Amino acid sequence: MKKEIRICGFGGQGIILAGVVLGEAATRAGYRAVQTQSYGPESRGGAARAEVVISSEPIDYPRVSRPDVVVALSQAGYDRFGRDVAEDGVVLVDSALVEAEGVTSVPFTRTAEEVGRKIVANIVMVGYLGALIDVIPHDVLESTVLANIPSGTEDLNLGAVRAGRDLWLSTVGGNDGS
Amino acid sequence: MFNQAKKIRDKYIRDEMWPSIFCTGCGIGNVLNYTLRAIDSIGLDIDRTVFCSGIGCSSRLPGYIEADGLHTTHGRAIAFATGVKVYKPELSVIVFTGDGDMAGIGGNHFIHAARRNVDMTVICVNNFNYGMTGGQVSPTTPAEDLSTTTPYGNLEEPFDLCRLAIGAGAPFVARWTMGFPYETIAAVESAIRTKGFGFVEILAPCPTGYGKANELRDAPANWDWYKENTITRIDLARLSPDERAANRKIVIGTLWQEEKPEYIERWHQLVNRLQADDVGDS
Amino acid sequence: MVRELDYRRVMKVLGSQEKFAQGDVACAYGAILGGCDFFAGYPITPATEVAETMAILLPRLGGAVMQMEDEIASLSAVIGAAWAGSRAFTATSGPGFSLMQEGIGYACMTETPCVIINVQRSGPSTGQPTEPAQGDMLQARWGTHGDHEIIALAPASVQECLDLTRLAFNLAEEYRNPVLVMTDGEVGHMREQIVLPAEDEIELVERCRPSDDPGAHVPFRAVRGAVPEMASFGTGFHTYVTGLTHDERGLPATDDAEEHTRLVRRLVDKIRDDADRLTRVEVDSEEGAKVGIVSYGISARSAAGAVRIARAEGQKISHLRLITVFPFPEKAVRHFAGGLDRIVVPELNLGQICHVVREALEGGSEVERVSRIGGEIIPPEEIVRALIEGGERV
Repeated sequence: MKKEIRICGFGGQGIILAGVVLGEAATRAGYRAVQTQSYGPESRGGAARAEVVISSEPIDYPRVSRPDVVVALSQAGYDRFGRDVAEDGVVLVDSALVEAEGVTSVPFTRTAEEVGRKIVANIVMVGYLGALIDVIPHDVLESTVLANIPSGTEDLNLGAVRAGRDLWLSTVGGNDGS
Repeated sequence: MFNQAKKIRDKYIRDEMWPSIFCTGCGIGNVLNYTLRAIDSIGLDIDRTVFCSGIGCSSRLPGYIEADGLHTTHGRAIAFATGVKVYKPELSVIVFTGDGDMAGIGGNHFIHAARRNVDMTVICVNNFNYGMTGGQVSPTTPAEDLSTTTPYGNLEEPFDLCRLAIGAGAPFVARWTMGFPYETIAAVESAIRTKGFGFVEILAPCPTGYGKANELRDAPANWDWYKENTITRIDLARLSPDERAANRKIVIGTLWQEEKPEYIERWHQLVNRLQADDVGDS
Repeated sequence: MVRELDYRRVMKVLGSQEKFAQGDVACAYGAILGGCDFFAGYPITPATEVAETMAILLPRLGGAVMQMEDEIASLSAVIGAAWAGSRAFTATSGPGFSLMQEGIGYACMTETPCVIINVQRSGPSTGQPTEPAQGDMLQARWGTHGDHEIIALAPASVQECLDLTRLAFNLAEEYRNPVLVMTDGEVGHMREQIVLPAEDEIELVERCRPSDDPGAHVPFRAVRGAVPEMASFGTGFHTYVTGLTHDERGLPATDDAEEHTRLVRRLVDKIRDDADRLTRVEVDSEEGAKVGIVSYGISARSAAGAVRIARAEGQKISHLRLITVFPFPEKAVRHFAGGLDRIVVPELNLGQICHVVREALEGGSEVERVSRIGGEIIPPEEIVRALIEGGERV
């Protein structure tokens, strides 16, 4: 099993944190994972990109070469990376931030607002991705989220990761919240 | 006086390194003498004393002392000394350096160590030039003076090393010349006793380098120059305000003395606090 | 001489045995598990995380962490602390590494154990501060003036950042020499799972202390093997340490050509003569292969990817990974290159270690390079193409 995930957007969206959580959760679930990132020097606003490779075998090349999932949280990110995806891969974009055709538009930001704060859109995305790739048990994903967020924000982030999972489940049907 | 000198020599000097490299009329030998008397008077444990130095004639001093010595790279002695002292605070750390070594290439390490206030003693021999390399201009060479790299006269103004030290935060700062042996010894003692960065600048002759270029070719000429061109802090205070304002002589004496928190003390407090927290957590 | 690590106390501070961590952070863990008790450093991308991690962890273990005024002061303080008895290190990147070269030479000349981590970034000069590179490799070997030997390790994973930093401390003590851990901005900032060693997996090798009394002790004479015993400052041995050419007593001997020759040859030989024992490589040889790769550091990950792809396409490829880049494992590389017509050396530079490989294989395999600069690590496909069509000329 190998899943290659690329997440792009701009600095300040918590993209790298999302990559770290996915990678760490994968290792807690017993897999190998490598998480890498690229960004400009600006803390906010510059382009940011996180990559996660999850595998049941030791990972040699640590970067994504054939993305199974590409997530674009900014128009610029989509323009740059949106078309580089495996044949059987999927491209997700945030419905509020990216206009694109032939991709899956997901309301990460809107869902985050419903959960409580726009800023947890990245955690909504983590919940969604975790369910999509379907190799990390959700409770492992939740405990990893908790280990990586500031104390005092547990409820908000748990709400976000569950809302993200539920978003995915509702697209494949049969979600009863379990 | 002679017997005491011999006693000091027998007790502290590394025989295999003698005689020294210093030129006739050089003041560095005096600096060695005064320093050894100071540590002898205090009763420093020589086995727990480390002498550090950079590069230059003054920096050769640790080699002549039968003790642990760290003769390092040009300008960096104070940084090396910081590592020695912070790691093993029970050691007394004394740095020998010169005007070029400390205030030229070493300027940054000098001001930061003073700011940081790590417990050490820095003895800076100021002979107004880079002597070992033949007499080039240094950051303390008086304006208009000659040197091998300022054959037409120095176009730059010199540092006042003591003002720098005070400005950087050193809690003990003193400056003396060859003409004041007992005051110099006392200043070195005070600097050693200071819990923090103790700085002593000692004006010393370099008849071969600076002296040769600037009509100070022997010891007597240099000692006269010091007499005419320095004024003690006490004598300065006795002048009228106008005279004081007009003073151009180098001020010598204990120029700054205060008590302030020392770096290692604060670090130990932090470590103790953290470890108490950890014990509390378990 | 072996020292004990207070494992329980250290693990209480480090926390869990398994972590998902960055390479820089793993270097810090490796240092602490390697017995480090003094760190001095200066902020520089992409190495700053090493200093920040040490600043949080080491004081809880009673060790000292100092941010010095520049990289020169950092290495100077490390050397001073080492002479006071510390297992000390610093971490930097290219521009700081350049500044430290004088200090590295001083540590070689005075036989001071110390560790320097260089998280290499794209140069020359300020270059691309946030992008990885492997452009300091020959500088690692020859950055400081004069004849000397250097030990340089090249981690290729976050786990190796930990393991090789641990090893670096032991090697520094054993050989009384600076040891470089040459990582890069990619492995320094990427996250992988690491496993901290168990208590029985840890052995702290320490410098040999004097076996005789102060009066009899000759500080720079090797009485046990090739490396002299080292007395810490403050133990009554009155050691004079100088960067000047010195005799066995440690006293300056600059006018003596024979003394200088004796000293410098000893400094060099103590490492060269032990190269077989000291060097480490990882070999994946395929019988019948005619083409091979010699790699190190992050590019070894790209190389491993290339081997996988090439073999899946039916190619026979052999791969040697240098773990110690210096001393260069000449024997191992020559043995590896035995039946190979061509060797490809992938590097994030315009050709550095490929020269060393070529020199070692003079008259044997053809050596080519795969170079990539600008920040992206080498895609495995590029190496595969070089294996088939040929790489760039060295």
